[in-house]
Amino acid sequence: MTVPLSYYLVLSGFVFLTGVVGVLIRRNIIVILLSVELMLNATNINFVAFSEYFHNVAGQVFVFFALTVAAAEVAVGLAIIIALHRTNSSIYIDDLNLLKR
Amino acid sequence: MDHIFFFYFAAVIATTSVLVVALRNPVYSALALLIMFFHVAGLYVTLHAEFLAAVQIVVYAGAILVLYLFVVMLLSIKSEERYHNQLPVAGLLGVMLCTEIILLLIQSRTAASAQAIPADPVTGSGNTEMVGEALYSTYLFPFEVASLILLVAMIGAIILAKKDINDQVQQ
Repeated sequence: MTVPLSYYLVLSGFVFLTGVVGVLIRRNIIVILLSVELMLNATNINFVAFSEYFHNVAGQVFVFFALTVAAAEVAVGLAIIIALHRTNSSIYIDDLNLLKR
Repeated sequence: MDHIFFFYFAAVIATTSVLVVALRNPVYSALALLIMFFHVAGLYVTLHAEFLAAVQIVVYAGAILVLYLFVVMLLSIKSEERYHNQLPVAGLLGVMLCTEIILLLIQSRTAASAQAIPADPVTGSGNTEMVGEALYSTYLFPFEVASLILLVAMIGAIILAKKDINDQVQQ
């Protein structure tokens, strides 16, 4: 007896939801990027579950590309955070109101 | 047996993903995410995607999360005191997506369950061979574009994070 596909969809939906809520309620930019990683992983679980369900390897290839994009996003995002911390000495999004001042 | 493994991995993934968002200290959040990555890799193994499980551990847990921890410790951040006051928006989105999941579950109960396509019995090659074949035949051009994206990200990260790169060029 194999696990039904809908279980994987519910799990991935829950993880994606957690990521969305994390992006909305956290003030630390690093934790916001971690929440984006959560969302990317939720989509990856979906891709692999469908790939197993339809016996098509294309889903796993797409996870590979999503992983590449995640690595690039993390490298550039953390570089931006370091540059931000150097000029602003804060990484809380409430303090980034340069245009308002 | 499959159900036991799935529910173990699903429970740990759900718990740690909530912990990533809920914990105040960014280091603890990153470590909760590390546990989640390992369990997602275990889920991939139960889904017969062994290559992706290995890549998940090597790239996500080995490279990306180490980068996160490096930046958290470089910037020496105190744990934040309070959450952002966007809680109404987050609650609204959460309730909407939760109802969507519940509706999906109800519909999947009532509707005739779609039959899974049976596995092709001829292919005796492993998962890594299949992924590699697809990657280097059908998806050759996207694969090369992905390597270009990584190159651009590498250059961009160096330019952004390096201190006063313009002054050094002008000297």
